[in-house]
Amino acid sequence: MPSSVMPTPMRGDGHPSPAAISAVGLRKSYGDKTVLDGIDLRIPAGSVFALLGPNGAGKTTAVQILSTLSTADGGQAQVAGHDIATSPGGVRAAIGVTGQFSAVDGLITGEENMLLMADLHHLSKRSGRRVTAELLERFDLVDAARKPAQSYSGGMKRRLDIAMTLVGNPRIIFLDEPTTGLDPRSRHTMWQIIRELVSDGVTVFLTTQYLDEADELADRIAVLNDGRIAAEGTAEELKRLIPGGHIRLRFTDPSAYRSAAVALRETTRDDEALALRIPSDGSQRELRSLLDRLDSAGVEADELTVHTSDLDDVFFALTASTVPSRPAQSTQPTQSKEDVR
Amino acid sequence: MSSLSLAVRDSSTMLRRNLLHARRYPSMTLNLLLTPVMLLLLFVYIFGDVMSAGIGHGGADRSDYLAYLVPGILMLTIGGTTIGSAVSVATDMTEGIVARFRTMAIHRGAVLIGHVVGSVLQCVMSVVLVGAVAVAIGFRATDATALEWLLAVGLLVLVSLALTWIAVGMGLSSPNAEAASNNALPLMVLPLLSSAFVPVDAMPGWFQPIAEYQPFTPAIETLRGLLLGTEIGHNGWLAVAWCVGLAALGYVWSRSLFDRDPR
Repeated sequence: MPSSVMPTPMRGDGHPSPAAISAVGLRKSYGDKTVLDGIDLRIPAGSVFALLGPNGAGKTTAVQILSTLSTADGGQAQVAGHDIATSPGGVRAAIGVTGQFSAVDGLITGEENMLLMADLHHLSKRSGRRVTAELLERFDLVDAARKPAQSYSGGMKRRLDIAMTLVGNPRIIFLDEPTTGLDPRSRHTMWQIIRELVSDGVTVFLTTQYLDEADELADRIAVLNDGRIAAEGTAEELKRLIPGGHIRLRFTDPSAYRSAAVALRETTRDDEALALRIPSDGSQRELRSLLDRLDSAGVEADELTVHTSDLDDVFFALTASTVPSRPAQSTQPTQSKEDVR
Repeated sequence: MSSLSLAVRDSSTMLRRNLLHARRYPSMTLNLLLTPVMLLLLFVYIFGDVMSAGIGHGGADRSDYLAYLVPGILMLTIGGTTIGSAVSVATDMTEGIVARFRTMAIHRGAVLIGHVVGSVLQCVMSVVLVGAVAVAIGFRATDATALEWLLAVGLLVLVSLALTWIAVGMGLSSPNAEAASNNALPLMVLPLLSSAFVPVDAMPGWFQPIAEYQPFTPAIETLRGLLLGTEIGHNGWLAVAWCVGLAALGYVWSRSLFDRDPR
């Protein structure tokens, strides 16, 4: 989907938000391998943007280019109003980056890592100590502050990593796969941290390979595949592009199975498992109408599961030669989050 | 903040970080000191009688050989210490922290300058420690004037600086710490092939030009001359030229390696 058709996000007052990050036609290759093949982005200030894609899709390369860590072969980008090619210093002064691999100094303590950042941001000794104490407290690292960072667990290292990123009070933060390799509890802690950043008005550029993470955190999501943006939109918009969502009903009684199949009609039958598959976006409205029809037919399913589209569905759909337009369901405005609110 | 004071401030922050590493994990620095100290003791106490016969003018004894040996051992100490610098630079580059530094608004050269200044300070400390061992077993340079001492210290610092920049380049071009320690091995091997242990004219004829014009021999001969009053001749200029050349080469090499795209 060409990004030129994407609507300009509006703020509450109806004016378009200024872009924190914008890019046109970013390209990058390593040798004869093309990693980014013309990327266009426009990320409004104060929003969370997720770049979603499988390993090797070019997510990290995009972050590296936008954070001035490496240079693009072609295209242009502005971050915080500074051109990444002609004013990398201006970009660096406005951003904070937490890379995919832990960017802490393992040989020194957590507190020393924080003070190092304070020194590099040219804070005075006093405010450096104050910021360090605040952030260690906020990220629950006070007890570990005097231990070498290499002794930290994965979750603690990521927390320290983000705390270090926040020392300079950046307005734009890049988080490259912030939860990859974390256990579920640390993952949720990280989500909470990211939400808090957003409530402070920070713009977050996030990469992830998990749809649920993008869904959970991002205002807008771009799916990166093979160096190109395959689709861009809100989580709801993306899900509607994908025909993977369905409800599955399983029966133990063959006669109940047959009468349900007759009553519901638009189903895919699995006679061996006695299971029916009904295309659905999993909304409350669709679920209720399905249950109503089952009730009026007098059948009861033994098991009901709602399947929403997952990353696999997204990729199967978006990397197929044509993207189905799915007019039947996506025209119903009541499904989108904004309208329900 | 002007760009010079920014450079000084960021570089000294990086230097503090490197010195913190060295202070907290002194084992590598100390391990690298073992080699020169062992060689010193080995050549003086085990091979000393034979070696002293080899340094010419008939009546040389073990203490003459000690005097001959110490300048070379001090240069070898510098070579060994800079291997440690190559390893710590390579280790640093494999850590995400340097990627973080690159995305921060800090002076571009600060990371490398911090490493270089830290390494030179470590070299000076190592030379002092090994020198103390030498003095403890009887080395004396009492005839040297204050100016000669000053020049000797200057030479040691200059050699440290030159070898450090080369070691930093070696560290940057190595994918990991193990590779760095292998790649930097010439810094320890070259002194063995110099006039550190035996005079060049005692070596096989085909090898003499190699031994004579490699960087360590002029530096060792110059140091010997300054401390012990032996003939320096053209070695002084040769040593300075080598140092300036190696430092410049290492600097340009390191900067270009550091500025390349990560991957």
